Amino acid sequence: MKDLVPVAGNGLLDRREFLRGGAALAAAMTGYSVKAETLAEAPWSKEPGTLVPPYGGPSPFEKGVARTLSNPKGEPRTQHARTPHHLLQGTATPNGLHFTISHAGNAEIDPAQHRLAIHGLVKRPLVFTLDALMRYPMVSRFTFVECGGNSAPLFSPEPVQASVQALHGLASCAEWTGVPLSSLLEEAGIDPKAKWVIAEGADAPHLSRSVPLSKIMDDAMVALYQNGERAMPGQGYPMRLLLPGWEGNMNVKWLRRLQLTEQPAMSYYEARTYAPILPNGKAYRFYFIQEVKSFITRPSVGVDMKGAGFYEISGIAYSGAGRIAKVMVSADGGQSWAQAALQEPVMAKSFTRFRIPWQWNGGPAVLQSRAWDDQGNVQPTRAEIIAARGQAARVPPATAFPSQHYNGITSWAIEANGGVRHAYA
Amino acid sequence: MLTRSVLLMLMAAPVLAAGPNLGTPLAHGELAAWDIHILPDGTGLPRGSGTSAQGAAIYAQKCMHCHGEGAKGGVNAALVGAPPLNSIDATKTIANFWPYSTTIFDFIRRSMPWQQPRSLTDDEVYALTAYILAMNKLIGEKDVMNAQTLPKVKMPNRDGFILRFPDKTPGAERDL
Repeated sequence: MKDLVPVAGNGLLDRREFLRGGAALAAAMTGYSVKAETLAEAPWSKEPGTLVPPYGGPSPFEKGVARTLSNPKGEPRTQHARTPHHLLQGTATPNGLHFTISHAGNAEIDPAQHRLAIHGLVKRPLVFTLDALMRYPMVSRFTFVECGGNSAPLFSPEPVQASVQALHGLASCAEWTGVPLSSLLEEAGIDPKAKWVIAEGADAPHLSRSVPLSKIMDDAMVALYQNGERAMPGQGYPMRLLLPGWEGNMNVKWLRRLQLTEQPAMSYYEARTYAPILPNGKAYRFYFIQEVKSFITRPSVGVDMKGAGFYEISGIAYSGAGRIAKVMVSADGGQSWAQAALQEPVMAKSFTRFRIPWQWNGGPAVLQSRAWDDQGNVQPTRAEIIAARGQAARVPPATAFPSQHYNGITSWAIEANGGVRHAYA
Repeated sequence: MLTRSVLLMLMAAPVLAAGPNLGTPLAHGELAAWDIHILPDGTGLPRGSGTSAQGAAIYAQKCMHCHGEGAKGGVNAALVGAPPLNSIDATKTIANFWPYSTTIFDFIRRSMPWQQPRSLTDDEVYALTAYILAMNKLIGEKDVMNAQTLPKVKMPNRDGFILRFPDKTPGAERDL
C-alpha cells in the first residue's frame, strides 16, 4: 500500500488521487472517530411517508439552506438576497436560492399583459407579446450572473469576518433558455447608425442600462426559463435580458423595452452607481465584464473542520470572458500551489466546480484558490488588485459596497481548533 | 386584372427577415408613455419647465420624508453636498460625481418618488431638477430648467471618468 504524497505544502494531495482510486485514499480515510454502533430500523422505515406535493421542496432538515436578506422588512431601498454557496455543491444554483437584487421589490407581472418593445434606430419598431416570443427558436446555456458589487467587502482594510455567502453570495449560475436577441433585432432591422441598446425594466424604478449593440448581437438573449422552469419573479418574470458574463445590473429584469441609439443613456446605474472610484479620484465607466474569479466554498467561514484527517476542498471558479482553464489551490497562504480538478463539463461564462483532496494535519493553514481563463486572464492576488484599485478608508459592514468588481483571491485561515476565519494573506 | 393586382400586392409587401416575424409593428405614438430615456445631449427631454422655487414646494411634499430637510439626507441619500472623492469608498453625490445633468431628470422621472414612480408631471420633474441643481449651486436660484437649458448645465465631475469599455477588454493589455 503506497503512502499519500502531498503535491503542495500543508497536505494538499494530487487531484487525480480519486481517479486512481483505491488503496492509498482508503488508508488515509480510515480511523474516522465515530464509534461503531448497532444499526436498528428507524421510525421512518416502519411506516409510510408523507404525501407527495404537487411542487416539491427541500427536506425540512434543510431549512437553514436559505438566502440571507439585507432588507427583510422592505424599507424604501434596495433588497439583496445572497446565495448560500457554503451549503451548495455542483454549479447549478437552485432557483429559490439564486441571488436577487431588487431596487424596489419584485414586480408582479401578469404575463398576458406584458409587452417587449424594440424601437429607436430600427427600420420597423416592433412590440412582442410573450405568446409571440414563445414561438421563436430558443437556445439554452448555462451562465452565471454576478452583481458588480459582489465580493466588495474584500476592499476593506481588515478582513470582514463573514461567510462566503455574505462575501460572495451575489453570484449564481443557472441554465437559461430564451430567444437570442439578434434574431429579434434583425426582424426589426438595425439602422447602421445604432451603437447602443438601452434596456429598460417594467419594475417600479424602470431600471435602465445601456448595452453595446455588439454584445447584444454576440450572445444576448431574452431569457424566459431558468433551470427549466419559468424565470423566478426575482429574476425578472416573465422575461429578463441575459448578457452572459457581464455585470449583473445590466441583465435587466422584467424587460419591457429595448431602444437602439447612437449614444449611451448615462442612466443612474451606469453614470453613478456602477462606476467604481479609483485611488486618484477618477472612476471607471462601463466596467462591463465580470472578470476571472474563484473562491473556496468548503471549508469556509461557518463550515468548520471536524478534526484532523481527510477533507475535500471545493469551490467555484468563473470568468465573464471565457472558459476556466485552470484553478490552483494553496493550503499554506500562497507559498505553494497544487492544481485542482475541474468538474466537467467546463463551460464558458459559467460556474466551474473545482475540487482537490486535502490531508489536514490539524495545524494552522491558510486556504486560497486562484483561477485562469482560456483568454489569458489570471485572477489577481488581493495585493495586486488593491495596489491597482485601492482600499476602503474604513472597515465597512459586510452588506456594504465600498467599491466594485473585486476579483482577487480570498483566503480562509484554518485554526488549530478547526474554526475558519476570513484572512488576508 | 386579378393577376395584376396580386402582383402589385406582392411587390408592395415589405421584405421580411428570415424568421417567425411575430412582432407587431409599433405605430407612431403608441410608445409615447414608455418612451422616457433621456440621453446626455438632451435627446428625449419633453416640453415643459420648472424653477427651483417651484421644486422646493414639491420637494417638501413628496421627497423630504426620505431625503431630509434641505435635501441633506434622511433615510435615503443626501441630494446636496460635494464631499471630496478622496477614497474609493467616498460618498458619491450629484455634485461631486454625476457627470450629466440629464441623468437627474431621467432618474427622477422614471424612479421617483420611490412609492409612486411616474406620478410626477414633466413640469414637476423639471422643477425638482432645478431645485437640486440650485441647492448645489450648479445653477442660479432663478434659472428655468427646460429641454434647452438642462443639457447645458455642466456638472463638475463631467471629465472624471476612465472608459473601461471598449479598450480594456480581457485578453488585451493586462490592466486591473
